[in-house]
Amino acid sequence: MCLAIPGRILEVVDEGNRLAKVDVAGVQRNVNIGLLDDDGVGVGPGDWVLIHVGFAMSKVDEAEALETRRMLESMGEDYENELEELKASIIE
Amino acid sequence: MKHVDEFRDPALGQVLAGEILGLVEPGRHYKLMEVCGGHTHSIYKYGIDDLLPANVELVHGPGCPVCVIPMGRVDDGIALAHEPDVIFTCFGDMLRVPGSDGTLLDAKAEGADIRMVYSPLDALRIAKANPDRPVVFFAIGFETTAPSTALTLKRAKAEGVKNFFCMCNHVTIVPPLRALLDSPDLRLDGFIGPGHVSTVVGVRPFEFIPTEYGKPISVAGFEPLDVLHAIHMILTQLKEGRCEVENQYARVVPYDGNPRALEVMSEVFELRPHFEWRGMGFISQSGLKLSEAYADMDAEIQYSVPGIRVADPKACQCGEVLKGVIKPWECKVFGSGCTPERPIGTCMVSSEGACAAYYNYGRFAREREVV
Ligand code: SF4
Repeated sequence: MCLAIPGRILEVVDEGNRLAKVDVAGVQRNVNIGLLDDDGVGVGPGDWVLIHVGFAMSKVDEAEALETRRMLESMGEDYENELEELKASIIE
Repeated sequence: MKHVDEFRDPALGQVLAGEILGLVEPGRHYKLMEVCGGHTHSIYKYGIDDLLPANVELVHGPGCPVCVIPMGRVDDGIALAHEPDVIFTCFGDMLRVPGSDGTLLDAKAEGADIRMVYSPLDALRIAKANPDRPVVFFAIGFETTAPSTALTLKRAKAEGVKNFFCMCNHVTIVPPLRALLDSPDLRLDGFIGPGHVSTVVGVRPFEFIPTEYGKPISVAGFEPLDVLHAIHMILTQLKEGRCEVENQYARVVPYDGNPRALEVMSEVFELRPHFEWRGMGFISQSGLKLSEAYADMDAEIQYSVPGIRVADPKACQCGEVLKGVIKPWECKVFGSGCTPERPIGTCMVSSEGACAAYYNYGRFAREREVV
């Protein structure tokens, strides 16, 4: 639960609840992007975000996201577990 | 170090390590605390401590949310899980944390309906799918996860979901740091500040560390080079006789944090007068509970939980580990009675825990070799 995993926003699927479909290393799930609404920019399709427990917590640039992912991949089991948990997630 | 490309560059690591050698005074011992379990993990995974001069010691702090949950809270969670009809939801990390009489996983084996969730929003979906059963979410985490719980509760309230409850174990990062700084047990020279928590709270809340205690702190990212860079920044401050809050992770952490996240937290939560931390006792104003407006979703109000304070098992020295007073391998049961497969203490359960990091990366009983 402590890992922040990078994902790319594909589309906003629920305006009201601020849910967006993201792609995390090929896994596509919904996460909440509402906590980034007030930072003056907000996030939308194409943006990379760091995700914690189903919520986008920070916007990052692509290079940062890919580097974070490379590091997580090198962690092995912990990252795989996190991805498995994400796969089991159905946020609607 | 603005270009992420450089992070792939081992040569840069060598340069930093070389410069660090030049920053330390021979004969002086430096104790730096990495607050966050994520950093502990990076340090042992990448052997960052091996790159440091022998007189720079890294001690591990209290920033692992699973590790700091006391036994009594686990017992309360298990009691809730056994309430009739309850569906109990929590993050996977919590399932194996020992209470005084078994874990949530044991309670599940005994028939309690306990479900692991990835997100509090998954718990809310379960509640909406099971309107005739109470669904309890066991919330844990520092300010990194607290806004997620808050936003979920806000949504549940807005949608009029009546069967969703939260047992709130959220904690805040500043009070335990203050407790550590006030404790005579430990003399620290500086802090590697927690990166993810700071995306929410910003760097401002750490200003008391230099202003009131005269210690430097650098908020750091999780790349090995981030950690090394932060150590470099702290040692530079010490050498130059400065003490400030520096932000090594400025590419992700804004100075003021995330105002939206802080706003939802303050709407949904209020500070508890005190909260118990594993091995550290009660720390005032360190825990969050649901605010008045959310009392009807507060599992501790809607159900009576035992709420008994349970002393940590005798063999367990998690408290000392969490305070950085001992190294994991100095605990008598480390690697023998207590392993990731059969943990006695919390620091062995979560992979962010210092004991698990030492165990997984083979740091059994040795001091660092002198570089
Ligand atoms: S080895 Fe186990 S009991 Fe000892 S401090 Fe670590 S987690 Fe706690």
